[in-house]
Amino acid sequence: MSEVLINVQGLVKEFSTTTALDNVNAQICQGEVVAVIGPSGSGKSTFLRCLNLLEEPTGGHIFFDGSDITDPKNDINKLRQRMGMVFQQFNLFPHMTVMQNLTLAPMKLQGKTKAQAEEKALELLKRVGLADRADSYPTQLSGGQKQRIAIVRALCMEPDVMLFDEPTSALDPEMVGEVLEVMRDLAKDNMTMIVVTHEMGFAREVATRVIFMEKGQIIEENEPQKFFDEPQTQRLKEFLDKVL
Amino acid sequence: MFLSQGFREDFYRNFIKDDRYKYLLNGLQVTLKVTFFALIVGLVIGVVIAIIRSSYDKTHTTRYSSPLHCFLQILLSIANFFCNIYLTVIRGTPSTVQLMIIYFVIFGSVNIDKSIVAICAFGINSGAYVAEIVRSGIMSVDNGQFEAGRSLGFGYVPTMWYIILPQAFKNVLPALGNEVIVLLKETSISGYIALEDLTMGANIIRGQTYSAFLPLFAAAGIYLVIVMLLSAGVKKLEKNTRANER
Repeated sequence: MSEVLINVQGLVKEFSTTTALDNVNAQICQGEVVAVIGPSGSGKSTFLRCLNLLEEPTGGHIFFDGSDITDPKNDINKLRQRMGMVFQQFNLFPHMTVMQNLTLAPMKLQGKTKAQAEEKALELLKRVGLADRADSYPTQLSGGQKQRIAIVRALCMEPDVMLFDEPTSALDPEMVGEVLEVMRDLAKDNMTMIVVTHEMGFAREVATRVIFMEKGQIIEENEPQKFFDEPQTQRLKEFLDKVL
Repeated sequence: MFLSQGFREDFYRNFIKDDRYKYLLNGLQVTLKVTFFALIVGLVIGVVIAIIRSSYDKTHTTRYSSPLHCFLQILLSIANFFCNIYLTVIRGTPSTVQLMIIYFVIFGSVNIDKSIVAICAFGINSGAYVAEIVRSGIMSVDNGQFEAGRSLGFGYVPTMWYIILPQAFKNVLPALGNEVIVLLKETSISGYIALEDLTMGANIIRGQTYSAFLPLFAAAGIYLVIVMLLSAGVKKLEKNTRANER
């Protein structure tokens, strides 16, 4: 059994009128690829965004590598450097070139020199097949390219875990494949990943565990094979019938 | 008409005789100096206030806090409160009255260079407008940009500085250019505190020669040329900063 990297205990997130997360407990181990699926409004994105405190939980604890990130004493900026995040809308910085997007954080936050940061960035760009785009601006890229760059931007910080918030939902169908390919490649490299997704094929094929959420709770979780072939709860059966 | 004998005489009387053109030239210098430094004062005030106000808007609903966080939040609320008062008062009263209050009341008992008073007055005045311009620019940047910066590990201030402000600045460049033009023309009320700016210079000539046409049109023409130059400069800057969008 590998080491527990993220331990979520009794996580609650209440917005003014709704409860987005209702006592969520989860453990994510080193090297796991966890796919989180569920209907819209089930709280899966909120869950992911709580993990690096983009949403501030109203209750419960989240331990990341032993330190409680909900404890104000822990420097969240330091912890976030070790948790890469990829957004549905890419959120590349439009006023910077691809290379500047990739090197900003390593240079300012990790004290890398320009040369060091660029070397690392170029190596990762090559890996996703976009080395020739280093001097482009984000607006000059396709959606699939933008998302691959966004993944590389997070990887440049050499994080311990990668959080993906519906990374392919804003893409044209023909571009989904190239992004999933990069994520598959990452999984092979033993990166710990938590992926909120609607890509059932990806969840089945790449994930080591699948979590089904509804109404702010984890209803069912299992290894992909069993999850998709032998769903235990009625609700998951209904959901899978609709989406598969 | 312009080359007629009468015009040449008028021209000589208004500009050449007794070196009267120097009223315009020196006035122009004062106008440019006051505009330039007031612009800097206005920008500094404006950006600071814009950051305070938009930070307050973004964070005052946050519940989760440490004691330090709490303290900063209270500080921010107080700062925001004073910023609002400043904006209300400055935008709610005429700049002429503000200029006179600063000169005759606040600096009333001090012997101070009038152009410094004018720089203060116009800078403070302009700051209020710049603040709202910059704030609208900050608000126009997608919140995802902010989240992307924070998720990489940048704190609030570095995220603002490296990621939000450059984009905000680009968005508000046309409005800021407009504010510079307004500011330049606004300085023409400097005569109220007997500061000899361009307008005042023209008026002095008018008083000496009893002819209004040439000095006033000369002043108007000079303002116009400067404004046109400024507009061209802003347009060029805009084009440069937008180069990466195509």
